[in-house]
Amino acid sequence: MGNEQDALNLVNEQVEYKWVGTRPIRPDGADKVTGRATFGADIDLPGMLTGVVIRSPHAHARIISIDTSAAAALPGVLGIVTGADLPELPNEIAAGGEAPINFRSVSENAIARRKALYDGHAVAAVAATSVEIAHEAAALIKVNYEVLPHVINVLDAMAEDAPVLHDDLITKGLEPAPTKASNIAGKVEFAMGDIEKGFAESDVIIERSYTTEAVHQGYIEPHAVVASVAADGMVNIWCSSQGQFMVREFCAKLLGMDIGRIRVTPAEIGGGFGGKTTVYLEPLAVVLAQKSGRPVRMVMTRGEVMRATGPTSGTHVHVKLGAKRDGTFVAGEMVLKYQAGAYPGSPAFLGGMTGFSCYELPNAKAVCWDVVSNRPKCAAYRAPGAPMASFGVESAIDELAQTLGMDPLELRLKNAAKEGTATIYGPKFLKIGYLETLLAAKAHPHWSAPLGPNQGRGIASGFWFNVGGPSSASVHVNEDGSVSVVTGNPDIGGSRASMAIMAAEVLGMDLSKVKPLIGDTGQIAYSFLTGGSRVTFATGMAVCDAAKDVVRQLRTRAAKMWKVTPEDVEWRDGSAFCTKVEEGKERAPLTLAAIAHGAARTGGPISGNVSINAAGAGPGFGTHICDVEVDPETGATRVIRYTAIQDVGRAIHPSYVEGQLQGGAVQGIGWALNEEYVYDANGRLQNTGFLDYRMPVASDLPMIDTVLVEVPNPGHPYGVRGVGEVPIVPPLAAVANAVSHAVGLRLTSLPISPPKLLAAIDGAKAAG
Amino acid sequence: MAKHHVTTTVNREPVELLCDPSATLLDVLRDELGLIGSKEGCGSGDCGACSVLMDGRLVCACLVLAAEATGHEITTIEGIADGNKLHTLQQQFLEDAALQCGICTPGFIVAAKALLDRNPDPTETEVRFWLAGNLCRCTGYDKIVRAVMNAAAKMREEAVHG
Amino acid sequence: MNAVEYAKPQSIDDAIRCLTNAPVGARVLAGGTDLLVQLRAGVVRPPLIVDLKGIAELRRIESTADGFRIGAAVAGAELSEHAEFSSQWPGITEAFNLIGSTQIQGRATLGGNLCNGSPAADSVPALIAAGVRCIVVGPSGSREMAVEDVVTAPGKTVLTTGEFISQFLIPARAAHSGDAYLRFIPRTEMDIAVASAGVCLTLNAAGVCTAARVSLGAVAPRALLVAACADALIGSTLDDAAMAKLAAAASAACAPINDKRGTIEFRTKVAGVLARRAVTIAAQRARGN
Repeated sequence: MGNEQDALNLVNEQVEYKWVGTRPIRPDGADKVTGRATFGADIDLPGMLTGVVIRSPHAHARIISIDTSAAAALPGVLGIVTGADLPELPNEIAAGGEAPINFRSVSENAIARRKALYDGHAVAAVAATSVEIAHEAAALIKVNYEVLPHVINVLDAMAEDAPVLHDDLITKGLEPAPTKASNIAGKVEFAMGDIEKGFAESDVIIERSYTTEAVHQGYIEPHAVVASVAADGMVNIWCSSQGQFMVREFCAKLLGMDIGRIRVTPAEIGGGFGGKTTVYLEPLAVVLAQKSGRPVRMVMTRGEVMRATGPTSGTHVHVKLGAKRDGTFVAGEMVLKYQAGAYPGSPAFLGGMTGFSCYELPNAKAVCWDVVSNRPKCAAYRAPGAPMASFGVESAIDELAQTLGMDPLELRLKNAAKEGTATIYGPKFLKIGYLETLLAAKAHPHWSAPLGPNQGRGIASGFWFNVGGPSSASVHVNEDGSVSVVTGNPDIGGSRASMAIMAAEVLGMDLSKVKPLIGDTGQIAYSFLTGGSRVTFATGMAVCDAAKDVVRQLRTRAAKMWKVTPEDVEWRDGSAFCTKVEEGKERAPLTLAAIAHGAARTGGPISGNVSINAAGAGPGFGTHICDVEVDPETGATRVIRYTAIQDVGRAIHPSYVEGQLQGGAVQGIGWALNEEYVYDANGRLQNTGFLDYRMPVASDLPMIDTVLVEVPNPGHPYGVRGVGEVPIVPPLAAVANAVSHAVGLRLTSLPISPPKLLAAIDGAKAAG
Repeated sequence: MAKHHVTTTVNREPVELLCDPSATLLDVLRDELGLIGSKEGCGSGDCGACSVLMDGRLVCACLVLAAEATGHEITTIEGIADGNKLHTLQQQFLEDAALQCGICTPGFIVAAKALLDRNPDPTETEVRFWLAGNLCRCTGYDKIVRAVMNAAAKMREEAVHG
Repeated sequence: MNAVEYAKPQSIDDAIRCLTNAPVGARVLAGGTDLLVQLRAGVVRPPLIVDLKGIAELRRIESTADGFRIGAAVAGAELSEHAEFSSQWPGITEAFNLIGSTQIQGRATLGGNLCNGSPAADSVPALIAAGVRCIVVGPSGSREMAVEDVVTAPGKTVLTTGEFISQFLIPARAAHSGDAYLRFIPRTEMDIAVASAGVCLTLNAAGVCTAARVSLGAVAPRALLVAACADALIGSTLDDAAMAKLAAAASAACAPINDKRGTIEFRTKVAGVLARRAVTIAAQRARGN
């Protein structure tokens, strides 16, 4: 049907939109500024119990036994769950909602069987009538551990003599397959051209290793869930997650239940950034609710969030980049070693796919290693895998520019990917706007502003695929002509506003009469989770299609009322106009309200329901400019100016698009300068709170200037590209390049914390 | 365990309750009084999501014992608007899109109100340092700082023109 | 599980009685910014919490002939709002105001910051540099001691059962004197000091330093009063040579640890840098006084 054609028409016509591109107040705003919005921990049911989790204090230990008898005997304790209460799942990669998933790993990560694999790994949980009793019971649960040698870092974990986490883990992707278990879960390669030939033809080669530390998504809302199980076994779950359908599917798989027996209602979500795309507490809460016959609420502490939920991988990335004397890139090679945490599944392959994708690079290769160690299982974090690879590549490009005596922006312009550029992972780019971001950077006053002493400027770019996938939307016309738009994706950063804007635009109606709602799993058809920068694109497309279907119905209804054919009816500015001219018949336009009011007489209620598998997501590119000032006596780095430029396709609500750029940039700044997981010699996480995890605070930052470049995505009715992932990709290298210029030393290890930077400065001084 | 008797004022209304002596003000606000707008992000005073005013002074409700509230006046996010008429700060947060997920928003608004009550014309630096105890992971603070500055300007205007 | 009780005595004597009669493990509550974190983390579960904020003397800032008497339960924000005090002792005021966020400022107290016993407590080096003394009250009467004598090791003080600090005695600032406090943290706010330096010094008309006290924080098990630093300054015009000697003396005095907040090398070097910078600020203030 006409999706693509409609899209092309809308994009090519450069129509003036009534709502798209405006900045209305978000529909859920009032509740969020008055404290009325209901997040996961805010849900309260009569008779509700409190559940708490007992976690391993050891990085690696065999669980010899768990004695729950004393806890069970404590008055007020109504349920206890251990790994024995959840079914054993086959060790296989099963079809998930989108990507294949090993649900055995998800299950064991939610509650340990046989072995605890990291400090904070859940081993049991208890539900009681008060939080005090639950804690007292938790202290009475006796877990007998046999402590095993542990391994924390990725290179150590790859060593021949490293303690092995899983005795059945055989490296995938090696020929011949190894016979012995190791911590190397898999190897994936991407390549194009002839890498040896490419380096042989290069005049200049930059080759370095780069490291990054594990960092947490750092959402302010800890994971929270309420589960209730009815006497007939029907399960209700309320929780904050990035996808109610994901929670339903994962709980069904982990608990061996039918999906149809679980209903998940999404609470407001207090930040996710990819970290709420899996389950932790949810299956435990369901089992506790089953056992106790009472609703159970479980809320993590900040320490539990840090110890047991997904950070993203710490990495070791080796980059080799070859170029001609004139700056033309000839060959690039990356070897990426990513921590997966305790179970396989790091985003190393995504690093391999994205690292070089900003550039025209005829010969390229990426070797990606997925490595387990005694850390919490990594979870998605904004453009998963891309920032670390990009840090290496964009640092190498900066160094190449220095070596060649070229402006780093000009060097990027010379090699920028454009329409038709081949990617290392296969397809050629369609219409993209990377070049436009570089030109916008060049034209921005920031790029040519003078710098003071101890200051440096860095530039870096970043890429993310953006994704589409399954989404559903219902557009209901109410009796008074107002409209409800129901979708199945949690609103993590203002997407209700975008859905309402797109529906109002298609319907040509007043935005204030459009009410966006988020349905539970029983109220709307399947929608893949909020992630991958897909919602405004994919769910937005479903909303547009559903609204178009409503327009079609409205024309049919108007035709009935006028006794003409639908082809005689045109829909414009929220009203039907009759185009058929008949002698003596004045047909005044019919408003949406008028048609809605008469709907009972023309065929009943009007609603459009659409489910799609959205294709055509437009890749996103960004370029960031960062100025820093370094205190050479303490190694302290301050970001003093920052500009984030991105091709956003089309900004439906520019304020929230800018917000994505600003928030992503600041997360990247934190990653570059201070954030890191710190373990002690026993493998225990040392910085389990916000005090020592050190995310950026307001006083650390300048304003984050944004430039929205709009090169519409031909695959979306309004030209939307996903915007949420890209902004976290460039900052790591933008900051590191700026620091490198400020101090005259190449910094290759993140975070560039003051002790590390001061040691580098003093080391260089000592070396003369 | 003996419950402690607390007599306090919350959002201009007298409140009497019994609580565990070790319960925090945040526990009591959320679990006993149903004032869920104050959020627990850390439980250690590092995120500011539970910011409330105690006799007009900004504090983290997670670092105050409920027992200490006796004789004091507590204002939470639920007490910032005048009925359904939003406070200028609340309105400005909406107009400037100063929130994404919204979990930190109540704390920021309460903290910003405490600032503007003391300093109606703060500089950007003053706003940033005052709000350094409120973590936001979504916005990068840009739009929050702007919203506070813009609200301050509007409030100064309102003060002049009544 | 032990029951927790809460008491809010209205006088020093009542508070001493409360604490003396309490079961082992009773805790004093002033600002609560450390105690409540420990309660929440399950690190402590005291049978009794004695809130000192009902005692008038502990909540007052008094200007006396000898200087100031500051109640141990005065919050940081209250002290910085006291114009007379903060203009006389900007270093102490700044140090106290560096503790945590605005929210923490509204609660954290001088007494709590000292008695929590952290080597990184921000107000302590500033108090030590200024020669501040404190009054300890308890079942066997009251005694006065120098701030540097209160903490013995991380989390440990000389206070015995039933004792608490009631007031701090801050001397009147001597003529041509100034104080300053600087700390290093990775961010601009919210962190615990990685290294810190408090300085109080006096200059004569010729610009020669006639008296100095330099204290370092977060570089040893407790805040240090470093005589060698003072010796480096006294008799000098705070010229480059004296400053280099000061920084070297500061670094030499350090006995820090490696931890999640900093390395031994970093703390040792930065302590010297901070001492030097704090002296510069204190000297500027002294010249203006």
